[in-house]
Amino acid sequence: MEQTIVESERLAQARALVAALEAGNDTEATQIIRSFPENMEMDLFQEVGRLTRELHEAIIGFAMDDKVVQVIQHEMPDATERLTYVIEMTENAANTTLKAVEESMPVSEELAEISSKLAAEWDRFRDRKMELEDFRALSEEIGSFLTLASGHSKTLHDNLSEVLLAQGYQDITGQIIRRVITLIQDVEEKLVRLVAISGTARKNEVKKADVEMAGPAVPNVEQGEMLSNQDDVDDLLSSLGF
Amino acid sequence: MDKNMKILIVDDFSTMRRIIKNLLRDLGFTNTHEADDGLTALPMLQSGDFDFLVSDWNMPGMTGIDLLKAVRADPKLASLPVLMVTAETKREQIIMAAEAGVNGYVIKPFTAGTLEEKINKIFERVAG
Repeated sequence: MEQTIVESERLAQARALVAALEAGNDTEATQIIRSFPENMEMDLFQEVGRLTRELHEAIIGFAMDDKVVQVIQHEMPDATERLTYVIEMTENAANTTLKAVEESMPVSEELAEISSKLAAEWDRFRDRKMELEDFRALSEEIGSFLTLASGHSKTLHDNLSEVLLAQGYQDITGQIIRRVITLIQDVEEKLVRLVAISGTARKNEVKKADVEMAGPAVPNVEQGEMLSNQDDVDDLLSSLGF
Repeated sequence: MDKNMKILIVDDFSTMRRIIKNLLRDLGFTNTHEADDGLTALPMLQSGDFDFLVSDWNMPGMTGIDLLKAVRADPKLASLPVLMVTAETKREQIIMAAEAGVNGYVIKPFTAGTLEEKINKIFERVAG
């Protein structure tokens, strides 16, 4: 409708311009020509007005969208909490690993030290440069070294197992970070929609599934009823007849 | 318990598969195989005479719970012992897994001791 009015106005102006020119009325013709940009400006103002109104509506709609309120009030603080937990877990894993490595270093060094000392003695014995007395002492040393070596091997194995288990953080933090990424993508999508004010009405987000995967338990994040340890899981399962 | 039994480890994180594989080797189980989600695991199970399945829950493609349901629905696999090793600790989810017929449920992070205990328990029951 608006466009038709604008078009018919323009047509009328064009006719008036032609008429003025034919009549030799220069003053009027100039006036008509000057009014053209004014009209174009009017159109521009109308368009800016329309866009402003749409932007305003979009912002109101954006703020009223329950999902957005949910994101701002819960999911953003949750994401912060989750990422803080990621830092905590990676730090713990690093500390556990470092501790195991630090404990293992002197153990392996001691093994290396004693074995090279014994090897030198052993060479002396093989070269028949050893007195019987010394050989008895060496024999005893070898005996106690074997006991020590077996104990140290166990210590090293235990420490290595600890390092192995500590790597589990990667799986859990990976899952937590993935969830935060999903949230960020969601927010990004909403911002893009706000920017691209197409003026079309927004549809509501898809409803949540009934039993949704809660992901790893994160302290201070509302995730439903989470069991805190293996004992609780075992108790629940045994109450179910396991 | 046959230490030579064929075990399939299903987890989307290779580090976790490695951890479980190493722990199982420590416990004497060396015949282990790996899959990164249910979609990869199911055909392996259907054609590979596996004796034990250790699976994560949250995986892209096909989740562990769907894999468990598919295993129980397949007449050839229905009696396969399944241990879930997962970070999912929501009460409803554990109940859901129990109802779907899981044989054991270990939550991450876990210890070597817990894994051994659950495996022993599962195979005591299977034998008894």
